[in-house]
Amino acid sequence: MALKLNQPEFEIERDTDKCISCQVCVRQCSNDVHEYDSEQDVIYSDSIKCVGCHRCESLCPAGALKIKEVKSQFRTNYNWTAEHLRNIYKQADSGGVILTGMGCDKPYAVYWDRILFNASQVTNPPIDPLREPMEIKTFIGRKPDNPVFEITGDPCARGVKLKTELYPQLELSTPIMFSAMSYGSISLNACKSLAAAASEFGTYYNTGEGGLHKDLYKYSMNTIVQVASGRFGVDVDYLEKGSAVEIKIGQGAKPGIGGHLPGEKVTGDISDTRMIPEGTDAISPAPHHDIYSIEDLAQLIYALKEATDWSKPVGVKVSAVHNIAPIASGIVRAGADFVSIDGLRGGTGAAPQVIRDNVGIPIELAIASVDDRLREEGIRHRASIIAAGSIRSSADIVKAIALGADAVYIGTAALVAMGCHLCQKCYTGKCNWGIATQDPYLTRRLNPEIGTRRLLNLLKGWSLEIKEMLGGVGINAIESLKGNREHLRGVGLSEKELAILGIKHAGEAW
Amino acid sequence: MNIFKKNTKEYFSRFKIPSGCAIFGAINESGERFSGGMVMEGISVMHERSNGLGGGFAAYGIYPQFARDWVFHIFYDDIEAKKQAEREIALNFKVLLSEEIPTRKVSRITNPPLIYRYFLKLKENFNDQRRNEAGSDEISSQAAAGREENSIVNFVMRINRDICGAYIISSGKNMGIFKGVGFPEDIGWFFRLDEYKGYLWTSHGRFPTNSAGWWGGAHPFGLLDWSIVHNGEISSYGTNKRFVRSFGYECSLSTDTEVITYLLDFIVRKQKIDIEMVHLILAPPLWEEIERMTGDNRESLRALRILYGNALLNGPFSIIVGNGNYIYALNDRIKLRPLVAARKGEYLFVSSEEAAIRKVCPSPDRIWQPDGGEPVIGRIKEKEKNISKELDKRNSIKSGKYRKKSKKLPMPDSFTVYKNKIPGD
Repeated sequence: MALKLNQPEFEIERDTDKCISCQVCVRQCSNDVHEYDSEQDVIYSDSIKCVGCHRCESLCPAGALKIKEVKSQFRTNYNWTAEHLRNIYKQADSGGVILTGMGCDKPYAVYWDRILFNASQVTNPPIDPLREPMEIKTFIGRKPDNPVFEITGDPCARGVKLKTELYPQLELSTPIMFSAMSYGSISLNACKSLAAAASEFGTYYNTGEGGLHKDLYKYSMNTIVQVASGRFGVDVDYLEKGSAVEIKIGQGAKPGIGGHLPGEKVTGDISDTRMIPEGTDAISPAPHHDIYSIEDLAQLIYALKEATDWSKPVGVKVSAVHNIAPIASGIVRAGADFVSIDGLRGGTGAAPQVIRDNVGIPIELAIASVDDRLREEGIRHRASIIAAGSIRSSADIVKAIALGADAVYIGTAALVAMGCHLCQKCYTGKCNWGIATQDPYLTRRLNPEIGTRRLLNLLKGWSLEIKEMLGGVGINAIESLKGNREHLRGVGLSEKELAILGIKHAGEAW
Repeated sequence: MNIFKKNTKEYFSRFKIPSGCAIFGAINESGERFSGGMVMEGISVMHERSNGLGGGFAAYGIYPQFARDWVFHIFYDDIEAKKQAEREIALNFKVLLSEEIPTRKVSRITNPPLIYRYFLKLKENFNDQRRNEAGSDEISSQAAAGREENSIVNFVMRINRDICGAYIISSGKNMGIFKGVGFPEDIGWFFRLDEYKGYLWTSHGRFPTNSAGWWGGAHPFGLLDWSIVHNGEISSYGTNKRFVRSFGYECSLSTDTEVITYLLDFIVRKQKIDIEMVHLILAPPLWEEIERMTGDNRESLRALRILYGNALLNGPFSIIVGNGNYIYALNDRIKLRPLVAARKGEYLFVSSEEAAIRKVCPSPDRIWQPDGGEPVIGRIKEKEKNISKELDKRNSIKSGKYRKKSKKLPMPDSFTVYKNKIPGD
């Protein structure tokens, strides 16, 4: 046996008094951690294979399993942490790039957690959303510079006519959409759950770069189709099936690099959907090879608008990088109707860990500086801003909108709602929760109806919470929260951070 | 030295101070001018809605002899500020008349600033310094008709921002704003408003939540012909402020009234949206209602909300807007602040409380509580005719004697006559 320098990250505690040897854990674990010895009627566990997804623990009928993170198997060292050592051992073994899944898990400042929201006291009545109307309907799309209206009758009886033609808009019943996750990176059942939930709640999901499966055509009214550097599955029908088109330039987890779906995963359905031969690698290049500069992006935007008869908003998704404000400004000037910005902590199905954890900037700072820049240049109305990259709760949404976003994308949160436990092993294709896998044995673990219901519940719960927070601050329409940084205060932030976020420190009055 | 004096613009522009208020407005739609005494009496009834830290009036039609000229009312903290501001004015305007605004001594009014007014004509070679600054392209590239107004807006904003201790409180034509720290009826008496006659008046009594008082921080707030009095707190202030800022309006005072003024100026003057439609932007119907409508209306109201979502005024408010042509009153869309309106003949009154209207007009033809988001508009008929008439009169008298007492205009019978004393004094 070869020398193994690595040690387990998780410890599996099995309470043998409780264990009834039912073998649920054996069947559930796609990593083959548990093994049943029929002669002795015992289950052995090999903890080195455990990824910490908690599937066995959740399903153990006897409650006999506990998965614990092993804390100090290496000698404590704040510089050479266990993670560095493990990665070096792995790379010395394999000579490869360390892959990972989901978003950056490093302890960079999470600004959401250092921003506090306001509420009304005395001078202004809070509004109770259970008794009073509370509006969170949101529109995504370009707004005209100088709209012209005409009075056609008594304006008090609302006799008004718009003469300017309105640009196409996406109408969202809540400012939350499902982020781009391709069929291939997640299972069809997961895609179905997202699509059905978006459709039922009146919001949108994003196909990601993997094309659109035929089973999802019926949700086309709630679909944003993505055009990425690989152009997988893109043809005119695909564009027609979307309510909006999003050009993917980059993604928060891996700015500046492309994607790679290995050939063994490109099976029948996926090969059809992506429009590539079965068994070939699906490689998304790092750049679009027809976009080497901003004017090329403008051409693609207008080509897509032309192809869709100018009937759909066309947006651009970029990852939040250092120069994001001028980049976003350029994208708006290039004709995009919305700009999706994906922050440092945005998730992925697979990315080199070194990129995921070290490239990009937090979404909070990116939204603030982009909103500032677009307003300074007087072009904020020309495009909507969608914030993405680790929106963990309704409070994050409220803060994102108050910083200047129009709506948010949730990806990781949606997967968590469907059962994901953030083990970060999406790239292995062995997702025990049936989400990030194409193995039919595993994918059937996610029932799309249950997935849909759980997503709907999440949207409903978060929407109610958003309404409560709006009401508390005396606002009854979400438009009035947009860019309303007066209602935000920082705690424990430096002058510079406050200046970039454009907010005051807690304790400072208006 | 950069020390903030506690009663100056520099101090107050740093905070947003919520305040409760009394508001009152009256217009004679046929353009007949009536004494400010009536308005003082109306607002005085709502004495306990203010706390003596701010009161003010806006009056239209009070300078008929200068009806076509710009008139600035300016507060100065000191002579130095006055020198600087007058230098700027002389550079850009032809000064027809400048003088200290006449006042009375009133025991409860203390520490007034230097208060001057200037009747001005814009010079041809107006030095619009803002034109080259970033973000003001929008303003300076407007059509020629609006250019003079834009120049005035830029000038006023520049003086108010750059000259320490000078503050232009009103900058319209044939109108003026009179305000200060005190109860509104005292402020009216201080400024001798019972001696002025106008066809449209608005007034304001303030109950701010801070203790210090700055004269410029009282209301009405004015820009060009606009004057705004407002009761309430705009929770959407940050959104609205950022919205107007992208069109070149800098909110320097941190007050709700300021941002409402800029919104109106942008919507009505720049975007040329009829005042009758403005309520559909500032206090639009709920989505539920819009969804129930049909045809064009549904589409246009949807569009208005989509386009002007950031101009929606959220939070409790009632406002009275004055303009050379009309008075405009509006409540927030769920009516969280009081607003009452009444008509008597050519007169239209709007007020925070019915009592104030009943005091000056005990038996109106109609009195009603407008719904949330339902505007009350009173328009001047034949304004141009009235101006020409007054200007003819002016030509027939010696120039400069514009304050010559004109004959008292008859008031409707049912109006109580103002008795030339401060109520409660």
